[in-house]
Amino acid sequence: MINHIREIVSASGIENVSRRGILKGILSTTGLVLAVHVMPSGPALADDAPKWGAQGMPHGTVNNPLAFVSVAPDGTVTIVCHRSDMGQGVRTGMPLIVADEMEADWAKVKVAQAPGDEVKYGNQDTDGSRSTRHFFMPMRQVGAAARMMLEAAAAKRWGVDVSDVEAKNHEVIQKSTGKKLGYGELAADASTMGVPSNVSLEKTGAATPVSLPLKDPSQFRYIGKEGTNIVDAFDITTGRAKYGQDVRLPGTKYAVIARPAVMGGKVASYDATDAKKVPGVVQIVEMPTPSFPMKFQPSGGIAIIADNTWAAIQGRKALKITWDDGPHGTYDSQAYRAEMEATARQPGKILRSDGDFAAAYASADKKVEAEYYIPHNAHATMEPPSATCHIVDGKAEVWTSVQSPQAAHDMVAAYLALPPENVTVNVTLLGGGFGRKSKPDFAAEAALCSKAMGGAPVKVVWTREDDIHNDFYHTVSVERLEAGLDKDGHVVAWRHNSVAPTIFALFMADPKHEAPLEQGMGLVDMPFDVKNVSIENGEAEAHTKVGWWRSVSNVPHGFAIQSFVAELAAAAGKDQKEFLLDLIGPARILDVPQKVKGFWDYGENPEVYPIDTGRLRNVVELVTEKAGWGKREVPKGHGLGLAVHRSFVSYVAAVIEAAVDEKGNVTVPRVDIAVDCGPIVNPDRVRSQFEGAVVMGLGVGLLNEISFKEGRVQQSNLDDYFVLRISDAPRETHVYITPHGYDMPMGGVGEPGVPPVAPALMNAIFAASGKRIRSLPLGQQLASKA
Amino acid sequence: MITLHVNGQAQSFDGDPSMPVLWYLRDVLGLTGTKFGCGVAACGACTIHLDGDATRSCVTAMSDANGKSVTTIEGLDPEGNHPVQTAWRALNVPQCGYCQAGQIMQAAALLKQTPHPTDADIDSTMDGNICRCGTYHRIRAAIKQAAGA
Repeated sequence: MINHIREIVSASGIENVSRRGILKGILSTTGLVLAVHVMPSGPALADDAPKWGAQGMPHGTVNNPLAFVSVAPDGTVTIVCHRSDMGQGVRTGMPLIVADEMEADWAKVKVAQAPGDEVKYGNQDTDGSRSTRHFFMPMRQVGAAARMMLEAAAAKRWGVDVSDVEAKNHEVIQKSTGKKLGYGELAADASTMGVPSNVSLEKTGAATPVSLPLKDPSQFRYIGKEGTNIVDAFDITTGRAKYGQDVRLPGTKYAVIARPAVMGGKVASYDATDAKKVPGVVQIVEMPTPSFPMKFQPSGGIAIIADNTWAAIQGRKALKITWDDGPHGTYDSQAYRAEMEATARQPGKILRSDGDFAAAYASADKKVEAEYYIPHNAHATMEPPSATCHIVDGKAEVWTSVQSPQAAHDMVAAYLALPPENVTVNVTLLGGGFGRKSKPDFAAEAALCSKAMGGAPVKVVWTREDDIHNDFYHTVSVERLEAGLDKDGHVVAWRHNSVAPTIFALFMADPKHEAPLEQGMGLVDMPFDVKNVSIENGEAEAHTKVGWWRSVSNVPHGFAIQSFVAELAAAAGKDQKEFLLDLIGPARILDVPQKVKGFWDYGENPEVYPIDTGRLRNVVELVTEKAGWGKREVPKGHGLGLAVHRSFVSYVAAVIEAAVDEKGNVTVPRVDIAVDCGPIVNPDRVRSQFEGAVVMGLGVGLLNEISFKEGRVQQSNLDDYFVLRISDAPRETHVYITPHGYDMPMGGVGEPGVPPVAPALMNAIFAASGKRIRSLPLGQQLASKA
Repeated sequence: MITLHVNGQAQSFDGDPSMPVLWYLRDVLGLTGTKFGCGVAACGACTIHLDGDATRSCVTAMSDANGKSVTTIEGLDPEGNHPVQTAWRALNVPQCGYCQAGQIMQAAALLKQTPHPTDADIDSTMDGNICRCGTYHRIRAAIKQAAGA
C-alpha cells in the first residue's frame, strides 16, 4: 500500500531527485539521526533539493499543537489522530506520543479523528507503513509545545519565571514551592499563551524548530512501554464502534451498484422496469463511465437506491443489463501466465547489472533455475467498502472508511463540482484496509448517488461480491531466477527476471514495466554478496485494475528470492541458514542506491536509511536462535523453513514449522518471526501487526487466489476466495522485536511482516516433504499428488 | 406481521419477510454492532444469538425469527462486561475490530455450551468466523481466559 496518485505522480520523477541527494551528501547520519530526519539544515531544502520521507509526501508534516491538542477545564485532554486506523493501532499510538511528550495522563486522554484536511494536519495517506515513522517527531513536537504552553500559563499565574515550573503527569508544579495546578485549571490560560515561537505553524521543513525541549527518551512514560490498551477496545467489543458501513443519518437511503465486471467495460443497454417494482426501491441512477486512465474513478454501472440495503440488493437482482466489455474482455489468467512465462525466459529490460552474469553463469560448476508464480489477490477487508454522503445547500459531507481522506475529499469535490472548502470528509474506523481503502472510488459513488437524490443522505454499500469483483488487485507475476554455483557451492552468478503488470497502468497509457517503486520492493535491492548479477524486468500489460496490497511487490519478489535461496542451498548440499548468511555476506552498507538509476527506497533518504546487511543478518541470527534452528527436533513429516526480507525500511526474518501428512495436508504448528524496525512506540501493537502478518502471509502461501476468465474474476465471495481461518492458524506464533534506542530512525511495521512468510512456509514444506512449491497458492498441489 | 424480541425488547415488523435479520437490525433498528461481511454465512461477522444459539443473521430471514428472541452484541451484557468481552479487552484482541462482534457472539455461545473448551473445540466452533487482520491466536487465548474466569 504505497500511496495514492499524488505520490505516484511525484515518484515517476524520482530518478531526478534521488541521485542529487546522494551526490550532495547533505544529510549526516552521525549524531542525532531523529533530529536530522525531521530537521534538515537550511541549505538542504533549496527548492530543487530532494524531499525525503514525510517531506516528500503531499503536505508533509504539521507540528502545530493547536491543530492536535485541546485541554478541557475538567482536565480532559483531547488529541487528534489524523491518520486512519485500519487495525494497526494508530489511533492509540499516535496520540500516545503526544500524551507522553506533553506529560498528560493517558487515562485522561480522549482521541478525536481528524477529517480529511492535510493543510491543517499534514499528510494523511495512511499507507506505506509510515504513520509512526513519519510522525513520531512531529507528534513529539506537538506534545512538547503543548506542555510549554501549560507551563507558561502556570508561571504567569504564579508570577514566576518559567524555569521554576515543570509539567509532570497532568499537572504543572512550581519546583521551588511544590505548588501545583492541574492541566484543566490551566487550560483557559494556556490557550492564550501562544504557540512557542520556535514552532512552525506551517509544514515542517526549512523553518522547522530546532530547539524545542523534547524529553530525554529515558523519561518516556508510555512510548516503548507495555500496558497500553487500544483506545477503541470498549467500543469494538460492545458493538458501539462505527465503521463506514455503520453510518446512519436520519432519512438515509441505501445504494448498491451494478458495476461492469471487466475493467473498462460499460453499460450497453439496461432495463430497470422490474427493478423499479421491487418494494423499497426509490431511484435508479446511471453512473458515469470512467475515462482512461482509470486512476481511482468509480467503475460506472447502474445504482439502485432504496429504503434499505436488502431492497437495493433485490432491486439490483431485477435489473437487466447488457454490458460492453471493452478491450479487456478476453483476460484469461491461464493464458496470461503462459505469456508471462514466455516473457520471463527472454531477456528483460536490465535494471541492475553487476560484473558479467552471462560469462559467470556459462562457466559455473552448477546451474540452477526456477520460475515462481504469484497470482492476483484480493484485499477482502472484513468491512467491504462503504461511504455515506449528504449534500445541503451546496455543501457535501461524507462519512467513510478511507486510508486517504484528502484524496477522497478532492475526488468528491471534483465529482460534485463543488469548491473544496464546501466538502468535508469524516473518517470512521476502517474495517481493514490493506491498501484497498487508499482508493476512494466508493466515496465518489456516494457523492453521485446523493446528488441524484437531491442531496439526501445516501449510503453506498458494497456487497462482498462487489468487493471481490471490483477490487484493485494485487499484481500477478512470474519471477524467473537463475544462479550459477562454483565447486564449493558459492553463488557466482545471479539473474532475476521479474514479469508483472504495474500499478502505474492505473495512471498512464500502457506502461510495460514495473515502476521504480515496485522495482525497489525487494527486486533491485537484492542484498546478496554476488559479483555477477543481472536483474531484469520483462514487459507485461495490465488487463485489470492493479493496486497495492499489503507489502505490494515485496510479496512476489520476496517469495521468489527466498524460495530460490533455499533451492540453491539444497543444490549446494548446505544448511539453509548457513547458506543464506554466506550469501548475504559480511555486515555492510549496500551501494544499491548509487548503483541503480532512480532507486526508490520507500521514499526515504538512503543516507538515513542505508540498506544494512548487518541488520539483515541479525534478524536471521535472532529468529533461528529463538526457533532452535539446527537444534529443535521436529516430528516426522515436519520441517523448518527460513526466509528473510527487508521492506519498508525494516528487516524481518521468519522460521516456520510445517507439517505435511500422508494425504498431503499441510498444517503450521509454529511460526517464529523476528523484526528489526528500529525504535517503536507501542510494543503490543507492533507484535499484533506481525502476528497478523503471519496469518496473512500464510493465506498468500496456502489459499489466496484471484483468477480471471473472459475478463471476469472467477471468485465471488469468501466461500470461493479462500482466506485463512482459525483452524489453519499456527498453534504458536512468537514475535521478537530487536530492541533499539530512540537515536535511530524508525522503520515500517504494518507491511514488512508479510513478505517472508510464504517463502518460509514453502521452504518448510520442502524440508518436511521434499516437494518444492513454486506456484502460489499451495491449494491442492500436494493433496492431488499424494 | 412478524413479532420478535431484540435484546429483550418486543418488536414488530411488517416488511419483506424474506429480508435477512441482519438488515433489519442494521437498517431498520439501527443496531449496527452486528456486521455485514459476506451475506452468505461464510464469514461470521453477522453472528447473533437466536433463542440463545449462535446464528448467522445474514442468511436468517425475518420469517424465521418470528416469535423468537434475538440477542446482538449490544445486548450481550448490559455493561459490556461479559467475560468474553473483558477477556477480549484484557488481551487486546482486536485489530481493526470489524469481525470482533461476531467473534465475541460466537465465543459466548461456545462457552455457554462448553464452559471449558479444548483447542479443538475452539478451532471447530470458531472456524466460521474470519478475521482478516489475523487475530486468531489472541482469540484462542481470550476464549481460554474467559473460560477460566
